[in-house]
This record gives sequence, C-alpha cells and structure tokens, in this order.
Amino acid sequence: MNKEANVTDKNNNETVLDVQDLVVHYVLEDETVEAVNGVSFSLKKGQTLGLVGETGAGKTSTALAILNLVQTPPGVIKSGSISVCGNDVLSMTPKQLEKIRGKDVSMIFQDPMTALNPVMTVGEQIAESIRYHEGLSMKDSIDKAVEMLELVGIPGIRWVEYPHQFSGGMKQRVVIAIALACNPQVLLADEPTSALDVTIQAQVLDMMGDLKKKLGTALLMITHDLGVVAKVCDAVAVMYAGRIVEYGTLEDVFNTPMHPYTEGLFNSLPNIKDKAAELIPIPGLMPDPTKLPPGCAFEPRCRYAIEACKEPCTMRSASDTHLLLCTRYDDPEFEIDLKRGGV
Amino acid sequence: MSDKLVEIKNLKKHFKTPGGTVHAVDDISFDIKRGETVGIVGESGCGKTTTGRVVIRLVEPTAGQVLFEGKDIFTMGRRDLNKARKDMQIIFQDPFSSLNPRMTVFEAIALPLNYHKIIPGARQVDIERRVLELMETVGLAERLINTYPHELDGGRRQRIGIARALAVEPKFIICDEPVSALDVSIQAQILNLLKELQRAKGLTFIFITHDLAVVKHFSDTIVVMYLGLEVEKAPADALFEDPKHPYTKALLSAILVPEVGANRDRITLRGELSMPIDPPDECRFAPRCNYYDPAKCDRGTPPLVEVAPDHWVACHCIGKDRNDLKQTV
Repeated sequence: MNKEANVTDKNNNETVLDVQDLVVHYVLEDETVEAVNGVSFSLKKGQTLGLVGETGAGKTSTALAILNLVQTPPGVIKSGSISVCGNDVLSMTPKQLEKIRGKDVSMIFQDPMTALNPVMTVGEQIAESIRYHEGLSMKDSIDKAVEMLELVGIPGIRWVEYPHQFSGGMKQRVVIAIALACNPQVLLADEPTSALDVTIQAQVLDMMGDLKKKLGTALLMITHDLGVVAKVCDAVAVMYAGRIVEYGTLEDVFNTPMHPYTEGLFNSLPNIKDKAAELIPIPGLMPDPTKLPPGCAFEPRCRYAIEACKEPCTMRSASDTHLLLCTRYDDPEFEIDLKRGGV
Repeated sequence: MSDKLVEIKNLKKHFKTPGGTVHAVDDISFDIKRGETVGIVGESGCGKTTTGRVVIRLVEPTAGQVLFEGKDIFTMGRRDLNKARKDMQIIFQDPFSSLNPRMTVFEAIALPLNYHKIIPGARQVDIERRVLELMETVGLAERLINTYPHELDGGRRQRIGIARALAVEPKFIICDEPVSALDVSIQAQILNLLKELQRAKGLTFIFITHDLAVVKHFSDTIVVMYLGLEVEKAPADALFEDPKHPYTKALLSAILVPEVGANRDRITLRGELSMPIDPPDECRFAPRCNYYDPAKCDRGTPPLVEVAPDHWVACHCIGKDRNDLKQTV
C-alpha cells in the first residue's frame, strides 16, 4: 500500500504532507503547556514552506508531531490529523512508523554537534538508515553512503572518520546526508543553519537548494531567520503561541505582510542599509504557554488591539493564497502601518 | 582624562597544543573611546572571543598591552585587578554554560552585588530590591526569581547574564555574541536596552558578533578578524559602504536580507576556516579568496595599511588609492 501511494505521489504534483488542526499539549503535574493549538498546512512535492516563529511558538513540536516523535508523557497529540504521502501518521504502530521515518519523511536537527553519534564513523551513520530501509548489504550501503557524502560536498574517503574530526558546517552536511540518504518525500529541517557561521550558512543553504531541485524533496524549513526564508522558501507560515497567524506565498507575506505580529518581526530586524533607523521591538514577552488567553494570544503585545481581540478568532482569507488570524480585519478599513526595519 | 578608555596594543594570544601552537590572536591593536562601541566581527575560530577574554585578562596574554584608563591591566596584582574588574564586565556567548546550575536567578544576580559590595549595608531587602530592578531591566518576570537555570530557556538565561554584568554598574562591557541566542523581537529589545544604557550611563562596549547587521546597528568602529589577524578596520559606515578586503566583501554578501528576490548573486566562499596552527608567513585568507593571484599574493603576511582616513586593510592587492583585485575564481 505504501509503495503504490508513493508511486502516484511521485508522478503527480500531489500533496506529500498534510497537517490539519494539530493540537499538541504537554501535560505536567499541575499545569498544561499548550504548545500547538490547531495548526493546519500542507506541502506539495518539491515545495518549500518556511515555518517562522520565535522560541516557544510551537515550531519544533509541530515537526516532532509529524514524525510522531512527541515524547509521551508529558506530550499528548490531543487532536488533528497528519498525513505523509497519504499515510496517517498518528494511527500508525511503532513498527510502521519506523518504516516511514528516514524513508518517506526525515528530519535535520538544529544542532549538528549533538545529532551525530560520537562513536560511529560518519559513513556508518549514513549507511545505517540505507541498510535498514533499502535492505542493502553492509558493503553496498557503505558505497551508497560514500556517494551521499560526495553529494553534500565532503570527499568520500572521509567516511571512516568520526564526527569530532569534522567542523560544524561539515557535521551539518553529514546530518543532511543522513536525512537525504533514502531520498525522502518530505524533509523537515529544524533551524539547519542557525548553528553555523554566515559564510558556511551560505554554502549549506545553496547546497540544500541544489539538492532539493535535484531530488524533488518537499522541505519544511523551520527557522526564526526571515533572511533564510526569503532565500529558500516558496511559502511562509508565521507561528505565534502555537497557532499560524499568517500563511501565504513568500510574496504575500514579505511584500504585503498583514498580521501585526509579522509586522513586529520585520520591525525588530536591524536595518542593514540604514544605521540610524531605530529598532522597534515587540513590547513584552511571549505569553506563558500554560496560561494562554481565550482570544488572540498576541493581543497583550499588539499595538492595534481592541476589546474584540479578547474573543476567540478564526482564520480568514485575504486572498486565495493569503490567510491570516486577526480580528482587526473585521473592519474593512483596517491596515497596519509597516515601517520596514529589515530592508 | 584621556578620551581613550581602553587601548589595546599588539595583543597576542597563542595556545600551545600537542599539534603545534595555535595563533588565536596575532597582533591586534585598537583603541576604544569613552562611550563608543567597537565591533569585532568574524566567524568561529577567528579569535574574536579570545580577544575579548584577553582584554579583560580572563585569559593571560602571550604578548601585548591593554591599558584601561591608562593603567596596564596585565601588570596589575590580584587585588588591583579585582578592583578594576568592577569596571569591566563581560556578557558571555553561551547562556547554557556561563551560569552555575546550582544557583537560582536571585543568587546569580546577587553574587556580583555582594562580591563588589555594591549596596552599602548589604541588607537582604535592599539586595532583593536591586535584583528585582535588574530583572525588570532585562525583561525577566518577577516570578522567576527562585528558578534554576535549567528551568529557563536560552533567552531568559542570557538575560540573567546581562543582569549580572549590569549589576556592578561597570564602565566597560564586553558583549560576546550577547543576542545570538535570542529571538528577533527579544534581540531588538536587548539591543535597544544596551544602546539606551550606553546613552544614559556613557558605557563603552566591545561588541563581538558574527552578525554584521547587528554590529552595524551598534558600532562606531568595526574590526574584521580572520584566523587571528585583523584584515580590515574602519568606521562602521565606511566599512559597509566601501568594504575593501575580499573577506569583508564576502561576509557582507552572506547577510540574508528578508526581502523577496534580494538574495541572489551572492559571493560564496570556498572551503572553511582552518586553524591558525604555526601559520606560515603568508596571507591566511588566500586559500578561500576569490581574488587569489600567486604573483601578487605569495609575498608573506600582508601588513595592515591605512588606505583612507581610519580605514585599514591587510591585503597585498589593496593600498592607498590602489586596488588590484581581480576575480580569479
């Protein structure tokens, strides 16, 4: 069944990842952390979606839920559905999950220093998943691992080396090689370059872009860096306190941002062209995820907030591709007055 | 009183390792005027953090001088140094390892207050009030006062580090990547806070970062380091308007601008930073340089030359009114 679904996906320009109304909570002794509160998005073959937000926005919890890796307890996937290549991830048995992890969907973690096993050679670590998923012999899987290393720009002969012999950028390349080894349909990249230097970040992003084109992988790019989004993404979802507050194509969100939080993010960035420009930070802090307000979670920090914002709000569409979560747009006259700090 | 608060002269720090001597900092010199900010920019391993640590003598130097208000801090005795340290603080890069895991937020912030006897009489209530004030300044909620670092995220931990540095009301603060662990909206708050403090109290900063957008926003002068050497040093505006050194050009071009279509045609450097272990006398950037030309570049370490007023560059291809850069890659 898996195989057939994959074949159709490969042939058509179909949705490879679909997340609907995902709710992830962490139930602790005396409180509940409401990490993800009704997130929906989908990803087509070859598309790149940027999931943008700050610490605690629920980005990583969303990604872990896609792999059904939310640690239970305390984590609970309360509701929602996730389908990867047509398969419902949340109803799978552990055995079935093992089959798709690394094969249909794989993940690049933020910190390459801790994502690798220090006592295995990098070649063995890449070969491990190839051997498991493709049933190749030790020797063949090592050969394939060497190919993967070459693909990410590391000389193949270095497969016998251990992670500590590689620099940070090289380690991240190894992690990417592991993630791509079985040619997954969906790649989840959780801040893949934020631990790297700028010139190395440029190299790694260029390489990821090339590989994505070559392999046709759909990419969910989790990041807090709007510059990275502008460089690699086709679509953007801005998350705040466990909900997507603005969702659209890159042009929608970057050229005509509409949500006050998105405005705040742009205004917080230092302006590279104008030094005198003041940074306009978003006042206050992210709300405590154990005590989210019933209405808009951004309301306490929002300079446009009115009384009606304290009531629950629903997603609305600004255009066919541009969605947002903001009660203020009930008023047809309402506009944000964006001062583009980051440009 | 001189307008120079800190003078750094030919600072060197070498580390002996079994594989050879690492020239982490190789002959760095610059001055910092009162109330100004010098930004040190470069990638991991370029020696920027080591420079910061040697400047306040957290690490003993191999050679050179650092004058703080005219006094050489490398020749000071323990007692004088401790006294001087009240005026020189550092905000560390990694909020995960720079805090004692067994100290609550209150204890961590109160420690420098007690050590330097900042509050006369040192009554517990006064210290507590001051700690709460500091926590508010850096945006830490009051309820966190008795939590331990492991209960807090990176952003909040960094705020503790900043509160500690501010606690003793120093004149000079070394900020070692103070905002790289923070979210953008919080980053802006902290940058504005540091700027505000600088205006209000006349603080002097060394701002160490890899983020050129941040350093431009903050600095009067920028020093670009590569493998332990200064490759370019200039007033911030001049450096951004007219970067001379090939490495500075590449660094500037690697900044990702949050704008649709703005990030094409960027200069990508080959290879990665190596380690300056027993470096031979040659241009250390040459192996990654897009303009490398054996005829011009293989002539030893390029000296730092003043090519325009206060604009210094170390490149064989660039001199006063002379720019022989030709793309070779």
